[in-house]
Amino acid sequence: MNEEEQLMSEEEQLTTVREEATTATPSVVPVKKREALFSKKNVQTLRDPLDDTNPVTVQVLGICSALAVTVQMKPALIMALGVTFVVAFSNLIVSMLRRTIPTRIRIIVQLIIVAMLVTIVDQLLKAYMFDISKKLSVFVGLIITNCIVMGRLEAFALAQRPWPAFLDGIGNGLGYGLILLVVAFFRELFGAGTLFGFKVVPQWAYDMGYVNNGLMVLPPAALFVIGIYIWWQRSRNQKLINVS
Amino acid sequence: MHSNKYTLIYAAVLSVLTAVILAVTAEGLKPAQQANVILDTKANILKAVRLDLTERQQIEQTYESRIREVVLNVSGEELEGVDAKDIDMKEETDKDWKERRLPLYVYTAPEGDKNYIIPVRGVGLWGPIWGYISLEGDFNTIYGAYFDHKGETPGLGAEIAEKPFQDQFRGKKIMSEDGQFVSVNVIKKTDKLEYGEMYRVDAISGGTITSQGTNDMIKEGLEPYLTYFKKNKSNNLISEYRK
Repeated sequence: MNEEEQLMSEEEQLTTVREEATTATPSVVPVKKREALFSKKNVQTLRDPLDDTNPVTVQVLGICSALAVTVQMKPALIMALGVTFVVAFSNLIVSMLRRTIPTRIRIIVQLIIVAMLVTIVDQLLKAYMFDISKKLSVFVGLIITNCIVMGRLEAFALAQRPWPAFLDGIGNGLGYGLILLVVAFFRELFGAGTLFGFKVVPQWAYDMGYVNNGLMVLPPAALFVIGIYIWWQRSRNQKLINVS
Repeated sequence: MHSNKYTLIYAAVLSVLTAVILAVTAEGLKPAQQANVILDTKANILKAVRLDLTERQQIEQTYESRIREVVLNVSGEELEGVDAKDIDMKEETDKDWKERRLPLYVYTAPEGDKNYIIPVRGVGLWGPIWGYISLEGDFNTIYGAYFDHKGETPGLGAEIAEKPFQDQFRGKKIMSEDGQFVSVNVIKKTDKLEYGEMYRVDAISGGTITSQGTNDMIKEGLEPYLTYFKKNKSNNLISEYRK
């Protein structure tokens, strides 16, 4: 029994550490009274990951795929939707199962659920958006290892009720997607002169000697754009100064 | 803490449940996925003759009207009653080369010029690579090439699927001036080759094994067709002469 108690207290410690790590994420204290669907707290759960606790620029998670799929807007958008779907529903499912999941195998259980959702996304892409699925290739499969997904499950969904967990998933997916789209916007605009495949830079600009920036097509450009975004975000958002 | 029994049962039930869900999804989506793969193959064959089409209808229409599918044996004779669609390139490349059945796609341009598209298949670093190479009517000059892969490293080996690499093949030759088969060699710029610039393209830095695989794939893929090339070359010359 002693050992068990010790384990439990370690678990608790872990949870508190985790909560400290994401202080800006409000921890919803279980309340007896029924909460409104879009109470202030819930809206905050949804909105915070877009800026204050953004998974990419503040928590610096999911960077790898953010670099890889942002050459063009379209794959970035599809990837963002895929990740949002996976985070939201894995959060929802894990939160619904949270009281039944045996603690010793909880990571494996989470992984199975995430892997199942990712495989479904992959299959759907192959059936209905074949060219996009070819472009995203391995990166769809790699959503499974995207730290954002497991991070949210461990830090939020395991301790929260389904609805807030679902909102948290949507919020984090959108927060990730926002960065992806911003980065892809600059990379596609300056790298190829197009947006979503449509020509934006007019032909006369090329005739006058304008040249697409070849660096923008390469992965390092994503790093630069994200870096500039983080700089801009921190200079603007008071909450982020002296954090990190 | 949950008991061992509970943990085990929980794991088993969850695994079976997810397996069932995935099996149902995969089976349900299979027809749509297979249709995509067939369409993609057609689009890739057309890419080898420098036609980059994206619209489903356009691809189907161009393919139906412009491409004739033929299956040959190593002696260069056309096989009757064999559909090029039914030929699995993986099976064929595993066979002894004398027993191979050779699919060939003949493209007729709107102006009447013919291109001969040869499917090739080989191995990269992580998995299979394949492609289509189109030759001009002289069975010597490469008109266009298209390559694809299962899972080469993006940015390194996967570059074979990119246009800049494929465009290098345009206008290269596969036969030396004295009529020997040389193939187009994918090698480093600084490597020595006894044949000239017409017989080599620049390999990918950091993608040595994939480049090597592409090199071998082209050589081994084109070689069985040589008899057919020789036969038809003289035919083509005769018809040219009669004109």
